[in-house]
Amino acid sequence: MPGKLKAKIVAGRHLPVMDRASDLTDAFVEVKFGNTTFKTDVYPKSLNPQWNSEWFKFEVDDEDLQDEPLQITVLDHDTYSANDAIGKVYIDIDPLLYSEAASVISGWFPIYDTIHGIRGEINVLVKVELFNDLNRFRQSSCGVKFFCTTSIPKGYRAAIVHGFVEELVVNEDPEYQWIDRIRTPRASNEARQRLIFLMSGELQRKIGLKVLEMGGNAVVGYLQCFDLEGESGLVVRAIGTACTLEKLSSGSGTHTHPNTAPASNACNSPSKDGKESPLAHGCRSTHNSPVHSACSSQRLSQNFSVSVPTLIFTGMGSGSMGKDAGPLKTLLRQQTQTALEQREFPFFTLTSFPSGFLLHVGGVVSARSVKLLDRIHNPDEPETRDAWWEEIRQEIKSHAKALGCHAVVGYSESTSICEEVCILSASGTAAILNPRYMREGCLDLGGSDQRFEDPSPSSCGFCHIPYDELNMPFPAQLTYCFHCRRQKVPDVLFTTIDLPSDAAIAGKGCFIQARLCRLKKKGQGEANATAISNQLPFMEYELHTQLMNKLKLRSMNALFGLRIQISVGENMLLGLASATGVYLTALPAPGGIQIAGKTPGDLNTEQHILNIQKRINDTIAKNKEFYEVNPPDLTEEVVGSPIPEPRLRSRLFRSHSESSDELSELDLSHGKKDAFVLEVDDTDAVEDIHSLLTDASPPKGFYSCNTETMPGIYNWTSALQMFTSVRVLRLSNANLSNQALNKVFTDLCENLLKSFYFKLRSMIPCCLSHLVFSVAVPEEDLIQVAVTAVAMTFDKDQTQEKPAEKPITKGCSEAEDQLQFSLELCTDSSSINSQSSSKNSGVPESSHLSTRDRCSTWLELLRLKAHTIRRGSVKTSRRTQSLAHSVSSLEHSSPLTEGRSRSLRSSRSFGGSSVSVVKMTPLSFLPGTRIVKYVGIINMFFIRETTSLREEGGVSGFLHSFVAEVFAMVRAHVAALGGNAVVSYSMKDCVLMENPNKNQCQCLINVSGDAVIYIRETDQEVTGSTANIGLSCTSSADGAT
Amino acid sequence: MAVELDVFVGNTIIMSEEVYQLWLDGYTVNDAVKVRMEGGVLDEFDAKVDVVLSDTMDQYRTFQMCERLLHSPTKLANQLLFQIPPHRQATLIERYYAFDDVFVREVLGKKLSKGTKKDLDDISAKTGVMLKSCRRQFDNFKRVFKVVEELKGPLVENIRQHFLLSDKLARDYAAIVFFANNRFETGKRKLQYLTFQDLAFCAGQLINNWTVGAVDNMVEDMDVDLDKDFLQELKELKVLITDKDLLDQHKSLVCTALRGKTKAFNEMEANFKNLSRGLVNIATKLTNTKDVRDFFIDLVEKFIEPCRSDHWTAADMKLYLTHYTNSAHILDTFKSVTVIFMYLFCTFISPARVTLFIFSSLAFLKFSKAAWLQES
Repeated sequence: MPGKLKAKIVAGRHLPVMDRASDLTDAFVEVKFGNTTFKTDVYPKSLNPQWNSEWFKFEVDDEDLQDEPLQITVLDHDTYSANDAIGKVYIDIDPLLYSEAASVISGWFPIYDTIHGIRGEINVLVKVELFNDLNRFRQSSCGVKFFCTTSIPKGYRAAIVHGFVEELVVNEDPEYQWIDRIRTPRASNEARQRLIFLMSGELQRKIGLKVLEMGGNAVVGYLQCFDLEGESGLVVRAIGTACTLEKLSSGSGTHTHPNTAPASNACNSPSKDGKESPLAHGCRSTHNSPVHSACSSQRLSQNFSVSVPTLIFTGMGSGSMGKDAGPLKTLLRQQTQTALEQREFPFFTLTSFPSGFLLHVGGVVSARSVKLLDRIHNPDEPETRDAWWEEIRQEIKSHAKALGCHAVVGYSESTSICEEVCILSASGTAAILNPRYMREGCLDLGGSDQRFEDPSPSSCGFCHIPYDELNMPFPAQLTYCFHCRRQKVPDVLFTTIDLPSDAAIAGKGCFIQARLCRLKKKGQGEANATAISNQLPFMEYELHTQLMNKLKLRSMNALFGLRIQISVGENMLLGLASATGVYLTALPAPGGIQIAGKTPGDLNTEQHILNIQKRINDTIAKNKEFYEVNPPDLTEEVVGSPIPEPRLRSRLFRSHSESSDELSELDLSHGKKDAFVLEVDDTDAVEDIHSLLTDASPPKGFYSCNTETMPGIYNWTSALQMFTSVRVLRLSNANLSNQALNKVFTDLCENLLKSFYFKLRSMIPCCLSHLVFSVAVPEEDLIQVAVTAVAMTFDKDQTQEKPAEKPITKGCSEAEDQLQFSLELCTDSSSINSQSSSKNSGVPESSHLSTRDRCSTWLELLRLKAHTIRRGSVKTSRRTQSLAHSVSSLEHSSPLTEGRSRSLRSSRSFGGSSVSVVKMTPLSFLPGTRIVKYVGIINMFFIRETTSLREEGGVSGFLHSFVAEVFAMVRAHVAALGGNAVVSYSMKDCVLMENPNKNQCQCLINVSGDAVIYIRETDQEVTGSTANIGLSCTSSADGAT
Repeated sequence: MAVELDVFVGNTIIMSEEVYQLWLDGYTVNDAVKVRMEGGVLDEFDAKVDVVLSDTMDQYRTFQMCERLLHSPTKLANQLLFQIPPHRQATLIERYYAFDDVFVREVLGKKLSKGTKKDLDDISAKTGVMLKSCRRQFDNFKRVFKVVEELKGPLVENIRQHFLLSDKLARDYAAIVFFANNRFETGKRKLQYLTFQDLAFCAGQLINNWTVGAVDNMVEDMDVDLDKDFLQELKELKVLITDKDLLDQHKSLVCTALRGKTKAFNEMEANFKNLSRGLVNIATKLTNTKDVRDFFIDLVEKFIEPCRSDHWTAADMKLYLTHYTNSAHILDTFKSVTVIFMYLFCTFISPARVTLFIFSSLAFLKFSKAAWLQES
């Protein structure tokens, strides 16, 4: 018995009324783990029962601990009929299995019912006692940490990055089993939820095993997805990057040297294995599952499969087939032939890296394939699905090779399923990595690596081409790097990773999106799949062209965080490419966009063209100003740049006055028209231009990006607002042209963005970060777009020297009753400023501390006053309240007030029983704070169904409350783990099925993230913050009693 | 191209107080959008109608989901569904329980029953407060009434604790509950000049001085009912008008004190007996529930209107009442027969005096102002 799980049910509150006669409830609780069930006593006639049960003990294998969730069911006792279920709570106990993570799960959990939503809360305590088990052949992988974060988690150091791990588990979907016809929707939903919990537990355990085998102790960039394949089953798959992480002992500065056993083991094992047999290397991803390469062809003939010719994006606007990898091998440098080379898949799901890790970036590689689903006959051997992914990964690998790269970073996989057709996609960025990270046990994060490598500075090194310029895999225009002038760089760079922190850029970044909608005939089986796969390359090409044009329009030359999603529906295909544009100063300046008419001489058209050209030029100029893109003096470059070929240079600095000669030349070289030249006679081009010019730039004070950090903004303040938005559009008339459809789709995305700007206007200046759009075609004629992002405020002028003084004096001079207006503002900015200034100086700020402290308490006092003032004015008149609105919205944007006013107010009538605040963000960090501990991964799956859709406010009302409930449950779990924030939060799936005629609707949501404990950076000592936490804890405890 | 679904949910609740107020006021989504567009909030944002509509819808939905929680505000603090910063919670509650004075004036003193609820559309039409808002306000009164009805201890404090309201609002609710419980008649035409705030002030005085809770906080009973014993003892005041000697003495005492201090002295002297009779009669009849209901109307008819016709000023009235009660005190010293009575009188009548005095003078002030306005 390697583990003992203990659970205690303390109390419930806000339970629903289950007995109409008495308006009360006789509640009791069932606690189930595996096949063991315990029950509490019935607590009669109360909506706030106090069970205070004994400790229920489960003695279980650690394997089960990893797979199974603790299942808590709250029921209403009924003497005469069957007991009614009130709702359930699933608790993933995985976080308790790491040595350093949470030691106890304790808190209020929402009681969730798939039909009624949240119905009250229950207070639960869970503990685990693990016995050390040194069994070599164990099936569990307790202790391997999982992170959704796609970078090395804060407070850790990557001793070794082992590489790619993947696994998938399949099962029959309970929704499609025969029994579903006779059971209630509730039972079926619960069966499904439980199964998915089990499957994802199992999946994590299996991946953990692989990591242990590789010698690692953690998975970073863990990405888990569900494929609801309908009839053919349910697939849960995950990929991640295995690492050996070491905790940085914060503050003390003594770096523990990694001469510990696991680390040294780890660094030996991969290479040793490599020598013995090239096949049995450490990261062979399908190690446990039966090897299937031999039989895969046979399988393939059984299952229809189309492999789609894939494009390699390198920023050249060309769609070349990157299959000619052969001659390139010779070009690979000696050094790069490392353990990496021998790995089956040298992939990394990380998107940002320690400096020095990434040497060169080749470009985006992606592969897609269209498959026909059929029933998974044997869930224990998911080899078909495995083979599919293997195929795609091989393709990605070969693409990377064609780009002269040995690794793929920022790697991700996704699927889109419609009926029996499934599009599998994978994409990443081909790159050359520093081999030292793969091999050596000890690495210093910064520093000396560059000595061994080519001496390019890190600010531009990653831009240098990894491939040989004489044997380019595609036609590209190369120049010498504008920074070091030694290495060649391409003129445009596309990547799926985040902007490296040390990259040199000009101005700010910008969210760029290409949207495309293509009609397709309805079809069945192979014909349908073929039709889809025939369309895909064209879609990718078009998306790419759009991206390129939009990039030029903003006079930028690189894309980061590129994510292309292609979604399949019954009668259409949707393509959505999102990325963050940046001006890399190492790359040449982008040329403008040239409009050309096909039939010169026609005056009208000429005029028209001129007009458009003017508008485009104006837009470019406007954008330059907006994004503050002021590349360092171009003229100098022209004169002094050591670019050898004059022809190339003329191309690079091609202005709007491009000669027609060049045009034809480009036509020859590409076989397509140049991306920069748009011919207006072409209907496609008209559409392109239109979409170019209709893309509204964000309103003043707003920026947006889809990467972790906004390039060009560094002075974040700590206010943030994470949000999820879903919009579904019904296409009213069925006979839309491609063009009209495109417009509808583009408008949908644009309107969503506009909507965000409007709703979040109180946070200006602010940036929408990590904008993740996901599109789907849930039904014929429906387009669904779901967005999750975070709005973060930043300080507009960071250059201000002593900003703290001014606002305070201002605040003083103001009459007291006006204080409430100015105060929120100035306290906010002052605290922020002091924060940023302390950051900038980097000097121990103990000298400032006392004054600052005094300031803050003083401000607190004022704030308190302001509060009482406001309270007084609340009721006087309704009209004045609209005035006061602007104030409180400011206040809303200040997180300080959140914390402070809480403590102030708790003394007031709220009685301190308030719930502790849990922040959520899709980013890996919280501005203005330091993450001190990762307490566990959150990976939750919920189903909600209703048979009274109209009563719940229609689909919108239904989904609104469901999303709110999901947030609530995530927050509750995080709080129970002792955390106060979720980072790297993402909503992986949001599947909505509605049937308004039957008044029904069902929705599935899958979310994940890392629960963390953070402290404010301004808090000097950890103790300070813990005291803070303690305060809120005691206050909440007070409230509970 | 119909938008089938459109939601926007933030981790921390997203609300604009302007929209909240529109929701509370009972605007439909479309009307609210119109108001917002006209308000010009969006000018700088070049926001189109659909953007505002979508925002308004989101907020309306949020408020609807919150409404359940707002019905028992203590839940709002420890619910998990929405993450609401504490100051937002306070605003949400305070605004939800805020009411229109015009509306409450209409239902003040009425039984908070289904019957009254049916009349809400009339009240809505009369006051211009939207029906939806009327319903919310009415339901709020009813909810607060129901909760505090059964509670012991000070009324205002109970309301504040159970509904987390500000002091001012809690006092107003106490007044509403008090009026509803005692069913004071306030709807008569003659009382129309009194605003809710006037009446609420009187209610506050009555709660503080005339209820059981006013005497002893430890008493089982609460602030909602008038103290029966006290009302009984008021009966003994009758002697002030029935005993001719006493009446004359009282009059002479008051007149001596007032002489030369007011222009209206002659009228005061002439009307002393009438006025005194009016006041004492009201006081002595209060044991009868029916007469309690008519307390305010009686006061206006029997005391305030005669004063008004004599053109008293508010200061006159204050002066008169001060001396009226003081002299009643003095009578005590040389009337040994009524020692016991006077003892009781002192403990109970002195607060009552303040009430009467302030109430009357306030009411009179109102009245005279109106009269003065009419004249000028």
